[in-house]
Amino acid sequence: MPAIQSPGTEEIHPDVALVARAKDGDTAAFEQLVRQYERQIFRVAQHITQNREDAEDITQDAFLKAYEKLEQFQGNSKFSTWLVRIAVNESLMRLRKRKTSKTVSMDEDVQTEEGSIPRDFAEWRPNPEQNFNQAELAEILRKTIQGLPPGFRTVFTLRDIENLSTEETAEALGLSVPAVKSRLLRARLQLRERLSRYFGKKKEGLPA
Amino acid sequence: MTCTDFLAQLTDYFDGQISPELLEEVREHTSSCHHCEVVLDTTSKTISVYRDNEIYEVSPEFRDRLHLAIMAKCTAAK
Ligand SMILES: [Zn+2]
Repeated sequence: MPAIQSPGTEEIHPDVALVARAKDGDTAAFEQLVRQYERQIFRVAQHITQNREDAEDITQDAFLKAYEKLEQFQGNSKFSTWLVRIAVNESLMRLRKRKTSKTVSMDEDVQTEEGSIPRDFAEWRPNPEQNFNQAELAEILRKTIQGLPPGFRTVFTLRDIENLSTEETAEALGLSVPAVKSRLLRARLQLRERLSRYFGKKKEGLPA
Repeated sequence: MTCTDFLAQLTDYFDGQISPELLEEVREHTSSCHHCEVVLDTTSKTISVYRDNEIYEVSPEFRDRLHLAIMAKCTAAK
């Protein structure tokens, strides 16, 4: 059960002042918001689209759109969640355009049972990432997450990589909290299963 | 707690939203079930390896372009 919050005790997020200044036409304030969130917005777009050019376009469009719609931002959610939602919508739209024959939605591929039940029970080596240099590790992580259905990797990206709360992830994706939780479980288990190929201890003395 | 029950609690476990009673049951289960102990440990490592390693970086060229576009938009809007 969530703790009951008494009004007035919540800390005011520093973005609130920046957004207010940006609304009043302070360009420097908006620039600062862009600097704060450009990396996050780019990562989200790149994770969803898996295409650098698209991710760059989406990042730019998302900030320009945010600037246009700034008056509509009510402050009911965090500015960053609002931005992420704009970027997610743009990304999903872009993905749909690319795959003209196939519809892409957050519901796609959720029926798949792959990875929902763990099959690989090999322990991982201690600090397994240290067996690879930074470039190799990044390549492994990219390849692994690329193989997830878009709906799963989007939830994993927002919740686990970008550290949004479950509620914020649900809000950004237009999903219910239980839907986010079930996709998150499957995404985590599928990634775990795939990473085991690289990080798992060699199975010794076991029948093949 | 069965292995299926354990999996059903995994998300709440990682999100720190599990009740103390269920947390106790999860701990009891993983101390007696090696498979689930491995799943718990390696899933936790999966999350942290993605959290700790930035795999997509903004290029400096794009950052420059982005800021020029933003500035153009802001000045045009005034
Ligand atoms: Zn078990």
